[in-house]
Amino acid sequence: MNATPLVIEALGLEKSFSGRAAVCGINLRIPRGGCFGLLGPNGAGKTTTLRMVLGQCHLSGGTMQVLGQSMPAARKSVRARMGVVPQLDNLDPDFTVLENLLVYAAYFGLRRRDVEQRAQDLLAFVELADRAHTRIGELSGGMKRRLSIARALINDPEVLILDEPTTGLDPQVRHLIWTRLRGLKREGKTLILTTHYMEEAERLCDHIAIMDHGRIIAEGAPRDLIRGHTEPDVFEVQGAPSVLDQQLAALAGSRVERIGETLYCYTRAAHDAVEILEPMVDITYLHRPANLEDVFLKLTGRDMRE
Amino acid sequence: MNHGLVLLRGADWSLPSPAWATLAVWRRNFLVWRKLFGPSLLFNFGEPLLYLLGLGYGLGRFIGEVEGMTYIAFLATGLLASSSMNTSTFEGLYSVYTRMVPQQTYDGMLATPVDVDDIVLGEMLWCATKGVISSTAILIVALGLGALQGWQSLACLPAFFLTGLCFAGPALVVSALSRSYDFFAYYVTLIITPMYIFGGVFYPVTNLPPFAQSLVGMLPLTHAVALVRPLATGRMPAEFALHVMVLAAWAVIGFYFAAVLIRRRLIQ
Repeated sequence: MNATPLVIEALGLEKSFSGRAAVCGINLRIPRGGCFGLLGPNGAGKTTTLRMVLGQCHLSGGTMQVLGQSMPAARKSVRARMGVVPQLDNLDPDFTVLENLLVYAAYFGLRRRDVEQRAQDLLAFVELADRAHTRIGELSGGMKRRLSIARALINDPEVLILDEPTTGLDPQVRHLIWTRLRGLKREGKTLILTTHYMEEAERLCDHIAIMDHGRIIAEGAPRDLIRGHTEPDVFEVQGAPSVLDQQLAALAGSRVERIGETLYCYTRAAHDAVEILEPMVDITYLHRPANLEDVFLKLTGRDMRE
Repeated sequence: MNHGLVLLRGADWSLPSPAWATLAVWRRNFLVWRKLFGPSLLFNFGEPLLYLLGLGYGLGRFIGEVEGMTYIAFLATGLLASSSMNTSTFEGLYSVYTRMVPQQTYDGMLATPVDVDDIVLGEMLWCATKGVISSTAILIVALGLGALQGWQSLACLPAFFLTGLCFAGPALVVSALSRSYDFFAYYVTLIITPMYIFGGVFYPVTNLPPFAQSLVGMLPLTHAVALVRPLATGRMPAEFALHVMVLAAWAVIGFYFAAVLIRRRLIQ
């Protein structure tokens, strides 16, 4: 429809709710294709940002272009080209699984005979084909989320927005959802997701923005973020005597943190750390590569948010 | 969460601009109704049957004729109007609130090209439709009992719709301002029930003292009754245009304020 390679371009985006700032002047540039992850602790402003993308929320400041159109003025035509999987399922409890898709299609102005086959295909895609005539109240949490994904695809959207798509789901369902999302990415759809599961972000996202207190505090590819913000190796030591803190901290390029009984050592000198730890008898330790969670905790701190 | 007037601060006062999606909202409610229309129709037919048999025949024996018609016909024509009011009001309160708050149905719609103005108008049209269904059920019962006669009574169908539309807006306004279902009791007890009792459904308004008559004359239900009662008995209502305009004005003003307040509630 238009040539812009950007799906979303937000400049100085601000939102406050009766004086309380939720989003404090962020810039977002999300390119077409691939998966963009918006990470952050609860209350960081992720959901509010997505609501502004969809025109479900007024902007307190800044500008937002979505699919090359100005929001929230263009919200109707923008939403026609988007699919949304909300954080809390809002499936229609008065309808069956299949009816949910057909009624939702009507909100896009799509006719039943044009979407009936697509609805069946989507149910197969999320492995709910045998549940077409089940009432929503009889579905498990995982089934509801899968149906939400099918519903978000009924208008064959260019952009799919997923707000914590796998929160509260068992590993089987999470893996199925990840597989499906990768498939959609291959089809060329743009995925925008929020999550606080770091391994989900690492697996799915090509580009990540970490949000905290309404600001974007780091941005980049997952691998680059890990490389740029933390040391490559992590040792988690149990039962460590306090002298060990200084010993490990003294190694070149090392950082030590003690959380309760656990000593965390982030280091560029893995070999030296192993030499210190291996002879010690009263400790157990885990040596692993640094991951996105380490970056996240380093940047957003370990304080509880709720 | 804010309450009442605070809610109006920073509200979007622009005129509503509903589009085709209004019909998709109406259709959603119709499809749900169609799934459950058995019990719903039983209620629509059963209740007026009891009223007309119990009150119409029972009281009618003592009362005799009222305004040139049998009491059962007088009562039936009053209930035709009040039923549109009550049905539309309850749909606009309990059902709309259920879809807005616990079910988050509107949040789902707002991820599609459906916008708040479409939701508000679609819901108002649906409230009015349910008003028509319930009043038509009473009309069928009254015709079956012989309380009313003739096809000309079908002329009041548009009046049912207009009455339903007139009460849909205020009900949506109350829903938009409510924090729970409990709040509806104020509106029903202080506004709707007094209209039901004093608005000319059960006895002629002219029986009231003069000051009360002028007060009651301003209530929308009084105009609905004054419109429906003659139409149902094959007569042309006196001051037809006035009654239609009062009901239409309530419908339009109600739509505007419902749109402003539901926007404020859904889009922060």
